[in-house]
Amino acid sequence: ERSNLAGVRHILLVLSGKGGVGKSTISTELALSLRHSGKKVGILDVDLCGPSIPRMFRVQDNDVHQCDSGWVPVFVDQDKSISLMSIGFLLEKPGDAVVWRGPKKNALIKQFVADVAWGDLDFLIVDTPPGTSDEHISTVEALRPYKPLGAILVTTPQAVSVGDVRRELTFCRKTGLRVLGIVENMSGFVCPHCSECTNIFSKGGGEELAKHAGVPFLGCVPLDPQLSQSLEEGRDFIQEFPKSPAFPALARIAQQILDGTSQRSS
Amino acid sequence: QVALLDIDICGPSIPKMMGLEGEQASESSTVHQSGSGWSPVYVEENLGVMSVGFLLSSPDDAVIWRGPKKNGLIKQFLRDVDWGEIDYLIVDTPPGTSDEHLSIVQYLSAAHVDGAVIITTPQEVSLQDVRKEINFCRKVKLPIIGVVENMSGFICPKCKNESQIFPPTTGGAEKMCQNLSVSLLGKVPLDPQIGKSCDKGQSFLSEAPASPATSSYRNIIQRIQEYCDQHHFHEEKII
Repeated sequence: ERSNLAGVRHILLVLSGKGGVGKSTISTELALSLRHSGKKVGILDVDLCGPSIPRMFRVQDNDVHQCDSGWVPVFVDQDKSISLMSIGFLLEKPGDAVVWRGPKKNALIKQFVADVAWGDLDFLIVDTPPGTSDEHISTVEALRPYKPLGAILVTTPQAVSVGDVRRELTFCRKTGLRVLGIVENMSGFVCPHCSECTNIFSKGGGEELAKHAGVPFLGCVPLDPQLSQSLEEGRDFIQEFPKSPAFPALARIAQQILDGTSQRSS
Repeated sequence: QVALLDIDICGPSIPKMMGLEGEQASESSTVHQSGSGWSPVYVEENLGVMSVGFLLSSPDDAVIWRGPKKNGLIKQFLRDVDWGEIDYLIVDTPPGTSDEHLSIVQYLSAAHVDGAVIITTPQEVSLQDVRKEINFCRKVKLPIIGVVENMSGFICPKCKNESQIFPPTTGGAEKMCQNLSVSLLGKVPLDPQIGKSCDKGQSFLSEAPASPATSSYRNIIQRIQEYCDQHHFHEEKII
């Protein structure tokens, strides 16, 4: 029997030791960028307590349907080039809290990995909650037979965030997960009124960490109110705001991922 | 007399923010086994801290534990740390509504917990999760002292115009608090000095006394103290 992940060419995880640094944002924008390069992308949201992905694509009110091979992922539009799975679709009310201990979370994650009928995808992006605990251990274990491409680690520039992401690097090393690179998010803010750049969350920590750890540095993504607004409204930032401050960096991250995979196949 | 307990086992940030993380590996803080259990690490005479960070020998050490092991350590922190007589025990938690949160509420159930302060940023992506946290508190009967809206606006140091970097597209914490009948304790604006102070392990309130963020923090802290005082008073009345 063909596994539900048999048609998925590349699996990559988006991790961070720290909360609130923009994992879901990076997952979303990466998916949109890859779509714009003509790829078919799925996002598996394994943040069970704080599932952000559905809303970022404006499909938070959608339901999940079953088919013969399992769960049908939610397509974000008619195009069917981006599909999603998240516990967010399974909640009765959006405010419902998922108050589960580890074992129950682990069980659902195993199902999410095995039972979603993704079909053929170029990329499956796995968005995770912060940390190095149940969700992460279970996800990596469940994905191991499918040989994930690796992980993108997201940090903000300041030391308090980098401090946690160092631990996430150790997690990757210990679990044999290749680090595709580090993204330094929320890296500087250019005032839209006067163009003065302020490093609200400091600068450079992500790049230094990549150098120190010997992993690729994928780039700095600046704070961009238009990006935040897009995510709020579930819009396609990559399509609609190519002149916005965060666009070049986000496009570059996707390009590096694409370059990495084409190198692999050649 | 204040105690700060960091139960973010995977991402312990408190030691660094308190200036208790040594720059050189040899100076890393150690937890001392005193006669009656573990001793907190003191920032000042009246501020003691405990975190898994103090048990790790390298900044690269990862705590890759499933729920039950995390719960075990949290229990130890509560049972075996010799806090002494304290006025306030503040417990910093990781994001979520899972093992750490259930366990801390469970283990503290015999003690009197004044309540929870819930932090959000202004945008709906954050509020969406915070509603779940409020829901969690109600489920486990944890009183909610109130909500703090963090990263609430940024004033450019050059032109003084305000930008809403994290836009309150659905009315921010204010609207959410109204809808859910919880107090909004205050809003804290973005200030680059906050991150800098935390990274250096210095007190932002001391380093930037004139910052609008400082007055926001102080107002919020005052409201929390008032809440605790009122409830303590009611408790005493009942007795």
